[in-house]
Amino acid sequence: MIFETVAKILGEYKDVDPATITRDATFASLGLDSLDTVEIVMSLEDAFGIEIDMEQSLQNVEDLVKLIEAKKA
Amino acid sequence: MKIVATGSAVPDLIVGNQELTGFLDTSDQWIRERTGIEQRRIHQGDLEMLAARAAQNALAAAGLSAGQLDLILCSNVHSRYLTPSLSSVVQGLIGASCPCLDINGACAGFVYALEIAAAHLQSRRYQRILLLCAEEPTRMVDWHDRSTCVLFGDAAAAAIAVPEGEAPLFKMGVVSNDQAIYAYHGPGNCPYEKSDRRETPLVMKGQEVYKFAVQSSQADIQYLCGQAGIGLEQVDYFLLHQANARIVEAVRSHLRQPPEKFPSNVRRYGNTSSAGLPLLLDEVNRQGKLQPGDTVILSAFGAGLTTGSCLLKW
Repeated sequence: MIFETVAKILGEYKDVDPATITRDATFASLGLDSLDTVEIVMSLEDAFGIEIDMEQSLQNVEDLVKLIEAKKA
Repeated sequence: MKIVATGSAVPDLIVGNQELTGFLDTSDQWIRERTGIEQRRIHQGDLEMLAARAAQNALAAAGLSAGQLDLILCSNVHSRYLTPSLSSVVQGLIGASCPCLDINGACAGFVYALEIAAAHLQSRRYQRILLLCAEEPTRMVDWHDRSTCVLFGDAAAAAIAVPEGEAPLFKMGVVSNDQAIYAYHGPGNCPYEKSDRRETPLVMKGQEVYKFAVQSSQADIQYLCGQAGIGLEQVDYFLLHQANARIVEAVRSHLRQPPEKFPSNVRRYGNTSSAGLPLLLDEVNRQGKLQPGDTVILSAFGAGLTTGSCLLKW
């Protein structure tokens, strides 16, 4: 469920079909630079009601999913 | 409080992105896509001279002489002086005789100066206050660090405030964080110094600062509109700290307001720290865009992390 929401938010941001977004997709491969990543993080914070600080290194979709799973646990 | 005049001064030297690729592993496209910056001005003399020119331009616009000022508030992070204050030096250069002091609110310094000015004007302690922002972030960055040096430029800008009109509303804050943006002095040669800290050029954690800036700015703007009992659509202009076009655009888009309400000049000047907001204000003012009675929100953030937002009637 977390992955699906992440994919949906990424899909909306990049205007692509969420079904094409895989867990191992890097932000760079999705055409997202470091500031786009922050926008995604802020949308995910709203969606999941969590706070994510930008200290950690986030490189791909899986990193985000794991981080949210840990925050929601 | 009413701002009766604005003025600014920028260095003559224009450095475009392409020129930076001569000594940095970067590209015009990389810089433009991530920041919106195409060029910056870099001064090659002493900052106090630039500051004095900005002050004189504001005085001329107000039709005042320097001798008529009764307070100078100067926002400054770095100049060649550790002491005396930059404002004391500029006071002499422009021929003023009033008290003056420097404040360091980093990039939010203009809004901090406005808040101090508003309190002094409201108390009627002072009648004509010069708010001056003079900054040389190009002297604080490591010119081998492509992630920071491309972002900044130098500038000075000023405004003159008098005790007329409605009291502005402010939302000021600090979320203490000395690691998101910082630079260290050298330790000097004190024989009792124990730390191994060395002079460190500006370090900025871009993602962290972007998130802080976008979230705090939109929240503060909404707070001010709530305090004023108006909707966002009733604000004529939102003047945001010109750090990065992406931040301005993110705030605009989150607030769902039209681009023409968010004037921007970061493309031409880069981030000039606290000078950026009064520089933009001066530009918008001289273009005749501001009409008496217009509602204007100024919003800035900076190292600290400081935030300052102000809703005022022009």
